[in-house]
Amino acid sequence: MALDVESRTPVVDQDGRSVEELVVNVGPVHPSTHGVCRVIVHLDGEIVTEAIPVIGYLHRGIEKMAENRTYLQVVPLTDRLDYVGSMYSNWAYCRAVERLAGIAVPERAEYLRVITCEMQRIASHMMALGSSAADTGAFTMFIYAFDVRERVVELFEELCGSRLTYNYVRPGGVSFDLPEGWTERLLAFTRQTPAALDEMDRLFFGNVIARGRLKDIGVLSAEDAVAWGASGPVARGSGVSWDLRRDDAYSVYPRFTFDVPLGENGDCYDRARVRLFECYESLRILEQAVEQLEPGRVMAEGWPRLLAPRAGDAYDQIESARGALGVYIVSDGSVRPYRMHVRAPAFCNLALLGELAVGHTLSDLVVVLGSLDPVFGEVDR
Amino acid sequence: MNVDELRAHICEKHPDLCPLFSIDYGDGTVQVAPEELHSAAKDLKELGFDALAMVTAVDTGDVFTLVYRLTSIGLGAAVYLKADVPRGDPEIDSLCDLWPAANWQEREVYDLFGVAFMGHPNLRRILLSDDWEGHPLRKDYEDASMIRRPDYI
Repeated sequence: MALDVESRTPVVDQDGRSVEELVVNVGPVHPSTHGVCRVIVHLDGEIVTEAIPVIGYLHRGIEKMAENRTYLQVVPLTDRLDYVGSMYSNWAYCRAVERLAGIAVPERAEYLRVITCEMQRIASHMMALGSSAADTGAFTMFIYAFDVRERVVELFEELCGSRLTYNYVRPGGVSFDLPEGWTERLLAFTRQTPAALDEMDRLFFGNVIARGRLKDIGVLSAEDAVAWGASGPVARGSGVSWDLRRDDAYSVYPRFTFDVPLGENGDCYDRARVRLFECYESLRILEQAVEQLEPGRVMAEGWPRLLAPRAGDAYDQIESARGALGVYIVSDGSVRPYRMHVRAPAFCNLALLGELAVGHTLSDLVVVLGSLDPVFGEVDR
Repeated sequence: MNVDELRAHICEKHPDLCPLFSIDYGDGTVQVAPEELHSAAKDLKELGFDALAMVTAVDTGDVFTLVYRLTSIGLGAAVYLKADVPRGDPEIDSLCDLWPAANWQEREVYDLFGVAFMGHPNLRRILLSDDWEGHPLRKDYEDASMIRRPDYI
């Protein structure tokens, strides 16, 4: 976008200095924008008067590509939407396909989907917390968070061979069953991680500088959160009690006991805290899921690899680490989707940046952007 | 609230929306003419649909079908709101005044389909660069760099 910077008549303030609004371009190549995000910031000194996000730098046309691929071939494309949360991105797409085609997923596959999704949630929140902390200068927190994330990623590598884009959840079930001893290693992870999370809580959230950087920054009210279509930790940080795992009760989530952490003030501190506490809840779900896991098939029987669902449309959504991730598929009865749209929570949450950053300083803009936790694969598709 | 309860709720509070409501494979849809979209959306918002989850479009060849998905956290229900706009003149009212969530999503539909949202405060391209020509998600979009996969299936 061409930047129109017309020459402004400087205003002379009471001390005789001339004051002019400054327009600064942040990104798209920037270490703190959590990806390729460009923000055009209008500044009055240090204070942001307007922040205009410019997105689309990672737009690859995934929705258009999906129209020219079979339903199974679309799954690797969904990996690369929210690339920090490949497991649940696959799952949201597969749920929409299964809803459209009427496929019943075997129970063991549902448990494996929940297990991998909750592990992915922990890994994603560690990325979010670590990188947000690094934005404020707390680099040690980044390393601590990535240590936890590394253990999850190693388990995923054992499971499906990949560290970032897994292509694991497929329409009808999951692609591989668990390797030998994987559940024991997963349980070792769930036993060790609460201590690591406690340490991060003391190290970062107890730190007076982190509190000063995060508290009362980017305050979002609950009504605004719902009106702006925010979901996930961004909405729950403002006190909106809405979690699809509990309220839509999809898959086998009704069989687990877990709490939904809520914030009070809707500031960056509460959003980050919600993410940390969701990790504890995910560990609870993981332990219950492994305990309840029974042997069985991991892929639905009787369905061709070349799926041709009925003509019609279907939308299904799951609770991803970023919020309500939904996929809308329109089928014309052929082997390729006629239209696939991804309702990306990061896209909807990022729209709030222009509202939340106004009135704060430029350094707070970076903190607000981190607290909205965008992943540009999902924002731009 | 399941979809039958939702139908009863809508028919009771807004009887004019009742004939427009249909259930298909467990999903409720309110199908409106493009001129009625804003008033139908306003009625549904009063009913309790406080969250606009999704705005998208489908190029069916003859028309663009605009698909809105409204969610009610309080009612625990969701409903589709659909309107068809003609390809030759794709214009419809913007819902930004009802839900600020519509802002970016309508810009995306404008960018990729070319549907003009009247009353939108900032109708510019969002994902593609400002000087892009054409609307890629249309079925008749041609681009020299597009690769056609062979139709061997």
